[in-house]
Amino acid sequence: MYTQALNTAETADRDLEDAGKAAQFQARIDAEERIEPNDWMPAAYRKTLTRQISQHAHSEIVGMLPEGNWITRAPTLRRKAALLAKVQDECGHGLYLYAAAETLGSSREELVDAMLAGKAKYSSIFNYPTLTWADIGTIGWLVDGAAIMNQIPLCRCSYGPYARAMIRVCKEESFHQRQGYEIMVTLCRGSEEQKAMAQDALNRWWWPVLMMFGPPDATSQHSDTSTKWKIKRFSNDELRQKFVDATVPQAQYLGLTIPDPGMTQDADGHWRHSEIDWTEFKQVLTGNGPCNRDRMAARRKAHEEGAWVREAAASYAAKRAQRQTAQAAE
Amino acid sequence: MATPNTPLWEVFIRSRNGLAHKHVGSLHASDAIMALQAARDIYTRRGEGLSIWVVPSSAITASDPAEKGMMFEPAESKIYRHPTFYEVPDEVGHM
Repeated sequence: MYTQALNTAETADRDLEDAGKAAQFQARIDAEERIEPNDWMPAAYRKTLTRQISQHAHSEIVGMLPEGNWITRAPTLRRKAALLAKVQDECGHGLYLYAAAETLGSSREELVDAMLAGKAKYSSIFNYPTLTWADIGTIGWLVDGAAIMNQIPLCRCSYGPYARAMIRVCKEESFHQRQGYEIMVTLCRGSEEQKAMAQDALNRWWWPVLMMFGPPDATSQHSDTSTKWKIKRFSNDELRQKFVDATVPQAQYLGLTIPDPGMTQDADGHWRHSEIDWTEFKQVLTGNGPCNRDRMAARRKAHEEGAWVREAAASYAAKRAQRQTAQAAE
Repeated sequence: MATPNTPLWEVFIRSRNGLAHKHVGSLHASDAIMALQAARDIYTRRGEGLSIWVVPSSAITASDPAEKGMMFEPAESKIYRHPTFYEVPDEVGHM
């Protein structure tokens, strides 16, 4: 109902120069009103949100790959069922988000093609490999934990469809984090080898997880306008700090060491991490992470191998529609 | 072969007996049966619903938000449609 009404998009773009409309739009944002698909919006708002929501959707879809890697090798049936449900949720999250992005005027096919062509990005974190079972625990605990930190403020984002999608996602995400932490607790209460495996996973994931919050505020490109438009409620560094403060005690409970010898607790109780290696982040974003090529290859293969299903479903629907028309004419 | 874009459907779910179907989101499917199955998988993974409706998005006619002032004005100006408009003496009690 939202998407096709966006044939008004062209008019909206032509009206971009209309300062009055832009001022009215900003006034609505300032008054905490939600912007809905058919409302007038600046072309840059539409573009920013399309990019952000579709990237978020791509991340959910690519995010199924590192975890899917362990479904067949989960240690018990209980763990397997939980992991399967979690991966299925990530797919659902991707679909809610694509639907929200489409309300801004791009088709699902365009959005997916942009990702497969390498033109649209997804979260850097999914370009790291899942080497052991402890990585599955760590992903749930830290990657989903970081995602929740980032997504809770998005439930109040100025764009209605995105905010509503985020509410559904956040409700489901809480199970993901808890199942991950439970895996970590079990490993840390287990044998020496199991605990070492948990520590090894934390060592490998800690820094990439901190990078998930994006570049430091001083160098972030999109923050100013996103804040003005209330797409973003907290800065990258603020969210990163919240995450670190929440996570350190959880690591202490597990008896694990955060792989940052320079980390200190300041007088206000905040845990201050050392400098992040932003060259690694840039490398991963530009396609040179450990698994970028594998992830893209897996997505392209799945898309190509599913082509016959899409074609068959379309022809079947067309044939049935034709038959119905013929019957109606008799 | 170029496959046409898969049609969009709006999904409505009735959460409990006695409540109305409520819009929960949208999805893409080639036909109504596939739309129902996809709606079950996407929107009711945790027992959210007892009944699902799927409606082709193209079948919905929407009012124009830009015209909302004019569209809803008749209701705005008729405060006598609300019970609080009428005075009932206190002695009468709750009515």
